[in-house]
Amino acid sequence: MSDSKAIFLKDAAVNAADGDQRAFIRKALGGYYVNRDLQKARYRDWERARDAASLAKWSAVNDLAAVLEQFVANFERNGGVVHWARDAAEARDIILKIAADNQAKAIVKSKCMTSEEIHLNDALEKAGYGVVESDLGEFIQQLRGEAPYHFVFPCMHVKREAISELFTKHLGTAPTDSPEELTMIARRHLRQLYVDADIGITGANFLVAETGQISITENEGNARLTAALPRIHVALSGIEKVVRHLDDLSVLLPMLATAGAGQPMTCYNTLYSGPRKEGECDGPEQFHLVLLDNSRTRLLADPEQRDALHCIRCGACLNVCPIFKNIGGLAYGTTYQGPIGSVITPHLRGLKQWNHLSGASSLCGACTDACPVRIDLHHHLLHNRRNAAKEAPTLFDRVFHHGFNFVIKRPWLFAAGGRIFRATLPLLQKLPLPYMGAWMKTRDLPEAPARSFRDQWKNPDA
Amino acid sequence: MPDARSDIFARIREALKVKAPRPHLKGEPVAGKTSAAAKPWLPDGGESAEASLAILAEQLAKLKAMLIRVPDHASAAKAVAELAAAKNWKKVAYHGHPLLRPVAAALPCEAWEADASFEKQRLEGCDAGLTTCESIVAQLGAILVSSASSGGRALSILPHAHVVVAEAAQVVPDLGSALALAKARHGDQMPSMLSFITGPSRTGDIERILVLGAHGPKELYLVLVG
Repeated sequence: MSDSKAIFLKDAAVNAADGDQRAFIRKALGGYYVNRDLQKARYRDWERARDAASLAKWSAVNDLAAVLEQFVANFERNGGVVHWARDAAEARDIILKIAADNQAKAIVKSKCMTSEEIHLNDALEKAGYGVVESDLGEFIQQLRGEAPYHFVFPCMHVKREAISELFTKHLGTAPTDSPEELTMIARRHLRQLYVDADIGITGANFLVAETGQISITENEGNARLTAALPRIHVALSGIEKVVRHLDDLSVLLPMLATAGAGQPMTCYNTLYSGPRKEGECDGPEQFHLVLLDNSRTRLLADPEQRDALHCIRCGACLNVCPIFKNIGGLAYGTTYQGPIGSVITPHLRGLKQWNHLSGASSLCGACTDACPVRIDLHHHLLHNRRNAAKEAPTLFDRVFHHGFNFVIKRPWLFAAGGRIFRATLPLLQKLPLPYMGAWMKTRDLPEAPARSFRDQWKNPDA
Repeated sequence: MPDARSDIFARIREALKVKAPRPHLKGEPVAGKTSAAAKPWLPDGGESAEASLAILAEQLAKLKAMLIRVPDHASAAKAVAELAAAKNWKKVAYHGHPLLRPVAAALPCEAWEADASFEKQRLEGCDAGLTTCESIVAQLGAILVSSASSGGRALSILPHAHVVVAEAAQVVPDLGSALALAKARHGDQMPSMLSFITGPSRTGDIERILVLGAHGPKELYLVLVG
């Protein structure tokens, strides 16, 4: 068993048994379901809109080389500097070098899951830079020393009392149980940090090839401030975020907000096309963009699952997933949680260590239905299971599947097996079945029917 | 060893040698015309100017943004002055635009043309930022500001309140129209920032409970002339 699997099984068992926490998560998501449905109802045809969104991403991802080249040419023409990173280490080195070259001291960040993927904060802190997460949820998680619980709602599992205690401990503020007051504490604390920071680091939701702009989606205004006040703006993005046309955003931006947060649009959807231009009064002097591969091309090379690169990170699949709601986001141990995380993590970090996530699904398909860009999520979980069994079959795969295959092709053997099983079931019920492991902990063996299904089918009246 | 850029492009070209099937879509999409194809499926932005204005008013109300409709520019100046007095604003920063200078002159408090002598610490101390905008999207209640139309990047985000003065003719039905208009107006000389503002800044990060004024303005006012 891989380490990540052992940790996952342990955490999932603990969390699934915590009824109080599960109820808290369900309640937190309650408002989302109501607002999402209200906003979806404003679409004159949500299903067809999903087709359009999916096609816009398909069209860019399946011509990625040409579309990226066009994007980069336009981005550079606008005065930005592009850096290429094959993996996480290269991306970290590039950003460390930008900070060192500019004698930076303080760095302010807005929410960027790609930076979590490359463990950027650790690297910057080790190198002696002060790094502050400015998104409220990420700020809270940074103070807690914990990874985000949900890649859109990072601290949705933390109760207000715990946040109040955290602020009292780290910021010296008076305790309060008001979410509004807690938000204002963070607002006051972070304001001066934007003004003082040398570098602002953001992510990117879309890279627009036609115009060379990057698009950033947010609600709080922290990304806007991060890209306005520091003298250097560094954006970090996966290479798959590219779209062909500015016009594609007319579908993608509203759908991202509706699917992800139940909003018509998020508060701020901002397009940046370079550093401060001549005649503009503010904005950064330098604009850097780090384009990251980090195994995305490995996913690209699998035409069956290539559509997982269409993901716009709205988080809708997490919000509807019964597994996510029961085991919580931290149990996954991944940068991207929930169904999309279970699909892509084995590609990004290795199938052998992460295939167990393919089983973290009831295959109900709620994720696939929720996805605004129509990623076939639950089937991809099956594809990963199949690929894992092909790549490195376990003893169970070999013995059970070959055995099953042998028996099912021989009806007489199958019938004989059934008779033996029905006869011995009362005995099996009395035995401890340690080899059935976790399955038997919460389940009993059923009563044996008197006749087999095949027999009942042939002689219904007997 | 080849550089990272060539390596990544080589990996992409290799990966795309095998084609992936196109997603199901009735009808052929036209390059760069996603919005035209998707228009009948997306939320309605109104077929007439009047219909668009009605949708806009409804969206802004839901977003908790304040819409103030006035007949002419003189009334706009009066409305902003009343707002400043009611909210007890001491310092208002404004974008040096011909339409805004008279509005700023009528303010009952200190008014500072922020883009003429930009200073971030001073801007942080202002109660409100006063800007124009590029266009207004009825469909979503979104106001498109840019570093060109709104006195740079910080003026529309750093002060505690944001007041936009615009003309009713700037209202467009949907997001596709606003993007097309920005492209037509700026061509390949886009302002370094274009930002769709959809209501006052907000967060739901604590227990998914909505709080207005996370890092950006707590209050958003659209003064619409005509």
